[in-house]
Amino acid sequence: MAGQPQPTSAMQVVLGAIQLPASFRLGVGPIIAAVVLVLIVLATATAYLYVPHDPMNMNALQRLKGPSETFWLGTDPYGRDLFSRVMIGGQVSLLIGIGAAIVSVFIGLVIGLVSGFFRTADAIIMRIMDALMAIPSILLAIALVALNGPSIWSVIFAITIPEIPRVVRLVRSVVLSAREEPYVEAAIALGSSMSKILWQHLMPNTLAPIIVQGTYICASAILTEAILSFLGAGVSTEIPTWGNIMAEGRMFFQIKPELIFWPGLMLSLCILSINLLGDTARDMLDPRLKKREA
Amino acid sequence: MLGYIIRRILAVIPVMAIVAIFVFLLLRLTPGDPAAIIAGDSATPAQLDRIRESLGLSEPLHVQLVTWIGQLFRGDLGTSIISNQPVTRLIGQRIWPTLQIGTLTIILSVLIAVPLGVLAAWRHRTWVDYAVMTFSVLGFSIPVFVIGYIFIKIFAIDLRWLPVQGYSAPSENLQAFFLRAILPCLTLATIYVALIARMTRASMLEVLGEDYVRTARAKGVKERIVLFRHALRNAAVPIMTIIGTGFALLISGVVVTESVFNIPGIGRLTVDAILARDYPVIQAMILLTSAIYVFVNLLIDISYTFFDPRIRY
Repeated sequence: MAGQPQPTSAMQVVLGAIQLPASFRLGVGPIIAAVVLVLIVLATATAYLYVPHDPMNMNALQRLKGPSETFWLGTDPYGRDLFSRVMIGGQVSLLIGIGAAIVSVFIGLVIGLVSGFFRTADAIIMRIMDALMAIPSILLAIALVALNGPSIWSVIFAITIPEIPRVVRLVRSVVLSAREEPYVEAAIALGSSMSKILWQHLMPNTLAPIIVQGTYICASAILTEAILSFLGAGVSTEIPTWGNIMAEGRMFFQIKPELIFWPGLMLSLCILSINLLGDTARDMLDPRLKKREA
Repeated sequence: MLGYIIRRILAVIPVMAIVAIFVFLLLRLTPGDPAAIIAGDSATPAQLDRIRESLGLSEPLHVQLVTWIGQLFRGDLGTSIISNQPVTRLIGQRIWPTLQIGTLTIILSVLIAVPLGVLAAWRHRTWVDYAVMTFSVLGFSIPVFVIGYIFIKIFAIDLRWLPVQGYSAPSENLQAFFLRAILPCLTLATIYVALIARMTRASMLEVLGEDYVRTARAKGVKERIVLFRHALRNAAVPIMTIIGTGFALLISGVVVTESVFNIPGIGRLTVDAILARDYPVIQAMILLTSAIYVFVNLLIDISYTFFDPRIRY
């Protein structure tokens, strides 16, 4: 297969693409973002090892207490320890973010590959995707949770569906240009099987952009989880998540704004660092963009 | 150009048709008995029957689809399960506050975001640029309701400049309307400003490198005119596009913001419908907001031809 150097393994393509252009220097921003994100992920993942209280343990005598030595950030309206709840709550929020990113990228990748390669399927698939994109994502997610119940999987599913068209469009656009490359024509001429062409020749081209897209989806999924919980259409209120903690704090906002600010701060820091890392990855993977900005 | 406009209007039909069918299937294809899902766990058999009756769920699927499309054409969006009122009437009662706040937010956002984006591009790689970009990233990272509560805490509780929540109709008391609209509009505008400013900056950066900008500067045109007349006009198309696609964010934001500020609009109607499991209202809101989104983007696509006379389809 002469002409274009043919990508052999997915990893190689990604590593090749990540090779920094000579002029590119990693600023302090992305490094801080990476450190913050790693700290948040480690702190929430290991939360059960160190949190001082059971995040579910209600205590009517300790309602809405201020910060103290026993309750580091004070307590919520049910007397539960806010610090323990915020740290444990991050687990489900992050799980939903990562879960939604992986599922929507995978489904979007498969649909996008098919859509980009087969012209007849393309017309139908893209009309459906256009319609899906016309539905405001929060409302679609609300309806899906209302129908499927407030489980974690149902919320991941509800956040995933509106994200799929965006991945499909991205993958499709990459495939549309890649399929004209000589190595793909050669593969077709040699009679490679369709699945081999799609998966081994075309798919690697899409990896770099969908990794970037995946980080944005992860950030937006964490944000959407919070909004869904806030609206009463999120994960069941018995499970602490950043969104649920803030939703419960609503009624007591004027007395104790910390109930919203602490989980809000954790969530915003987390999303901020994911977004910054996504921007950095995008600039690294697409040197053209960097040049244009310079 | 007329041909393009007609073709663009016709393209709306399949999109809205698929949205309608999708919304129809959403309820019917959910595993389990849709009536039981809507009624909740504590429903009696009589309640289930009533819901099946009112949604026509006992008919075969294709009959239901035809009935549903027929109803839509007659402007019938169904009946609320909770209040037993036609959904169109509920929406009619609640839409004005949303339209007022929404319009105000769009105007405010464009007036803030476009100059910010132009400024950031003009002063590229200076502190002004970094400040605008930082604000923009922050705007994407903080949930709308947290922004709302921060504004309430600062401007209503601590400084006591503005009322905490509520809504007054502008027809009754214009001053009270504006006082109560400021915080919700600023809250809603944050993410929209972030989005538009970012796109304005990127689009302007591209245009400012063009030859005609250098020519204009070389022949001594005032910088303000170079920026706003020569450059911004050519950078307008991507900015208009993002205003259109960002409209979806605005719709989601409205639902949240109206809850935070206790505004009796259609966003609040949706949240009440979620809490009461009033599925016909949720369904109607999906259709309505999708239609608004498609319509706004249609208008924007058509407006390109006025912004940029080079565009001929």
